[in-house]
Amino acid sequence: MINDNFFGRRRSTPTRPVPPGQYLEDGFPVLSAGPTPRVDISTWDFSIEIAGEIAGTWSWKSLNSLEQTDMHTDIHCVTKWSKQDTNWRGVAIDTLLADAQISPPDGYVMAYCDGGYTTNVPAKDLMDGKGILAHTYENEPLPAEHGGPVRLFIPHLYLWKSAKWIRRLRFMEKDEPGFWEGYGYHMYGDPWLEQRYTGD
Amino acid sequence: MPSQREKPWRVATVTAVKIASTRVKLFTLELPSGGNFKAGQHYDVRLTAPDGYQAQRSYSLASSPGDTNLIEIAIELIDNGEVSSYFHDSVEPGQRIEIRGPIGGHFTWKPSHTKSSIFIAGGSGIAPIISMLRHRYAVKNNSPAVLLFSVRTEDDILYREELESMSDNDPSLQVITTITRGASKDWIGNTRRIDRNMIDSALVNTGVTPESAYVCGGSGFVESMANTLLDIGLDFKQIHIERFGP
Repeated sequence: MINDNFFGRRRSTPTRPVPPGQYLEDGFPVLSAGPTPRVDISTWDFSIEIAGEIAGTWSWKSLNSLEQTDMHTDIHCVTKWSKQDTNWRGVAIDTLLADAQISPPDGYVMAYCDGGYTTNVPAKDLMDGKGILAHTYENEPLPAEHGGPVRLFIPHLYLWKSAKWIRRLRFMEKDEPGFWEGYGYHMYGDPWLEQRYTGD
Repeated sequence: MPSQREKPWRVATVTAVKIASTRVKLFTLELPSGGNFKAGQHYDVRLTAPDGYQAQRSYSLASSPGDTNLIEIAIELIDNGEVSSYFHDSVEPGQRIEIRGPIGGHFTWKPSHTKSSIFIAGGSGIAPIISMLRHRYAVKNNSPAVLLFSVRTEDDILYREELESMSDNDPSLQVITTITRGASKDWIGNTRRIDRNMIDSALVNTGVTPESAYVCGGSGFVESMANTLLDIGLDFKQIHIERFGP
């Protein structure tokens, strides 16, 4: 439906296309459903759970001793903003699985975070360099309001899948909804298919 | 769960436009059917230019859920905002707008809510909170509640008369407004940003011990308020937040 007299402002010229329904944002808006957790890095750890067993646990120090992966990428938030050419560093999920000598299971993964947030993602979307545990943004420690000290980062999906304040990944055979998915947000969340809400 | 249903784009008709302040207009939209929602939820709005360019934004519902196809959204004019400026400059009663919703489920208030609550709004962040307070008032829910409302100028006190009337007629609701810039000499309320002292004294003076908190406003405002609520002892899960804009 055409809106008469609407032409849009198209503020920035994208260096490459943005997904449907998105606009370019120069800043870095903060979105979260609750307060920013107060995370003590000295006791922080991250674990991977498979079939009810903890298959690997990493401290802040051991995470940083692993091979580090850089990502240069665009990010897309379901609240309609996108940001191009962002730079992240962290540890690939592939690297963690290799470190724990785990062969990656099929199926799905639930991410658990400080503050109680959860989100689900197919396991294959974390593999082959597609998912990292990010701790650095634009060469600085990831700010707490953006998910620091460590957030899951899966930029090919809407940003709510890149769970802030990540503490655990649980592999599961069947898909289950996480926090926003239970409120009607899409189970997968591909920005290029505009999978914002259930049924999209 | 109704929120799990598909949410197709639908065409709503604007039935009223009201100037609420220098920068905020209230738009009443008539949905083709089914106005059910939970207080605190939002709708997505989509505008399409003649060449096919589209822009979408989300707007919280300010109206009370009820037996009606009418919803109200409060739109603040954003500098260079392509959607807000279109609404402010070009949208009149009778015009049709594409919308989908209702959306969201965490930042919501239901009539079954019996806990004492603190509501904190910054500027146009009052929109989803006035929806909650209107709903609360309409169903005569009298769980103790206090609203702290921070605005820049007196002109920015949206829903001022309605809030005064609600708190006058409902002893269980206390409304405290603070004007952070340029309060007139006649203003007898607070004139600083909401801080821990203001929250503490509001809770002491009203006798409210909050079991749940709803905070909405600009991102920095919400971050600061959520931190303060953690400082005064609220648990993480008791604090519901909704951030407007960057």
